[in-house]
Amino acid sequence: MNVSILVPSALRGFTAGAASVGVQAPTAGEALDALVAKHPGLAPHLRTPDGALRSFVNVYRNDLDLRGLDGLATRLADGDTLILVPAIAGGRA
Amino acid sequence: MTPLTHDEIARYSRHLILDEVGVEGQTRLKNSSVLCVGTGGLGSPLLLYLAAAGVGRIGIVDFDVVDASNLQRQVIHGTSTVGRRKVLSARDRIHDLNPHVRVDLYEEPFTADNAERIARPYDVVVDGTDNFPTRYLVNDVCVLLGKPNVYGSIFKFEGQASVFNHQGGPNYRDLYPEPPPPGLVPSCAEGGVLGVLPGIIGTIQATETLKVLLGVGTTLSGRLLLFDALQMSFRELKLRKDPTAPKIEKLIDYDQFCGVPKRTGSKEEHPGSVGSFARLSPSEVAARRAAGWHPYVLDVRGEAEAAIVRFDWADRLIPHTRVADHLAELPRDREILVHCKLGGRSAQACKVLADAGFTVTNLEGGIVGWAKDVDPSLPTY
Repeated sequence: MNVSILVPSALRGFTAGAASVGVQAPTAGEALDALVAKHPGLAPHLRTPDGALRSFVNVYRNDLDLRGLDGLATRLADGDTLILVPAIAGGRA
Repeated sequence: MTPLTHDEIARYSRHLILDEVGVEGQTRLKNSSVLCVGTGGLGSPLLLYLAAAGVGRIGIVDFDVVDASNLQRQVIHGTSTVGRRKVLSARDRIHDLNPHVRVDLYEEPFTADNAERIARPYDVVVDGTDNFPTRYLVNDVCVLLGKPNVYGSIFKFEGQASVFNHQGGPNYRDLYPEPPPPGLVPSCAEGGVLGVLPGIIGTIQATETLKVLLGVGTTLSGRLLLFDALQMSFRELKLRKDPTAPKIEKLIDYDQFCGVPKRTGSKEEHPGSVGSFARLSPSEVAARRAAGWHPYVLDVRGEAEAAIVRFDWADRLIPHTRVADHLAELPRDREILVHCKLGGRSAQACKVLADAGFTVTNLEGGIVGWAKDVDPSLPTY
């Protein structure tokens, strides 16, 4: 499946500035693996050492959180968008 | 409820002729109260519009003073109030805009010890803070007191907004059960922020606050709004209550929860262990350099920052996110002194380098600390 992964500014330092990365993968987990294979610096920001999704970076398939679907095993369809949404805290300073 | 005076009827006429507000809604705003935690980028537009709209009582929490570098986005303050306490600067601007508003000032950090006391009198709490411990605290106190939490957060060119804990809806912990480790997400002081961005997110928060108070429209409860100023795109994600989330029963130690280290005065985090690195203050580095110390100097800021001010004795500029990709180009036979703007990103880079076997020292306080303590001729930013 051809999917695009949207990378927010907070993580673009690890993708050489790319805001969107296209990958081919049947599941969300494999799509993230393909993303990390292209941009290894992202690895520790997306997964824990034992492979689970980080709890402070949410991943959405279109508008739904993977945690409410089948997690990393969530199946993807052609044209789906995966969106990385990390916790950000700015506002007062 | 206290009715509107003739002055107020004249002032709010554009609201009064809206069916969704009217005399009844405007009277409700006059008799309602909002607590705004933070009077910075988000708090500035938020406070101005809530005051202009006629919210009767506004509480503001901040303990900072106005700095020249705030004015690029914190439009409630002004050049004439640089150096003044932010709560006073904000209060005077609010009263100039609308003398009918009662303003309560809390010039103290918002902490687990005072949060319930401060938040209790208000109908709605608005989160305009800039750090994870305070965001979890604002969330939890709202859950415990049963108050809606109007959320907004910004970074560089992107923002998030939602309404938490409203009419049984999800809260911040349903979105992010745990905070990122400290240092992983740079602050706006280190990462930068487009000045108008908090204007957009803060006015979205103001809009949602007024809708919650008036009981009109469809709020962002159950939805997370993402805004990207560079792409000029809005995107909406669905937010659900996390059925596995632990119940919030009391306030906790939020610095500990977010892994913020307690200050110890120790120079080395884990002396002698793998991945440890030294930490030196600007004056300590200056003294050592004067005595002949000649480390390899690595600047891990971005190019835009290096264009503002740089050490002419720095050897190399590599942004902290890319250091891991350039290990082969760094010397293993020399000490490496790493610096950034304030010392946070350089500490992360030091960890990467120390784990890879380099001998590294972090310049605590960064180039801004150097400008303050060693060389005041350098500009700060």
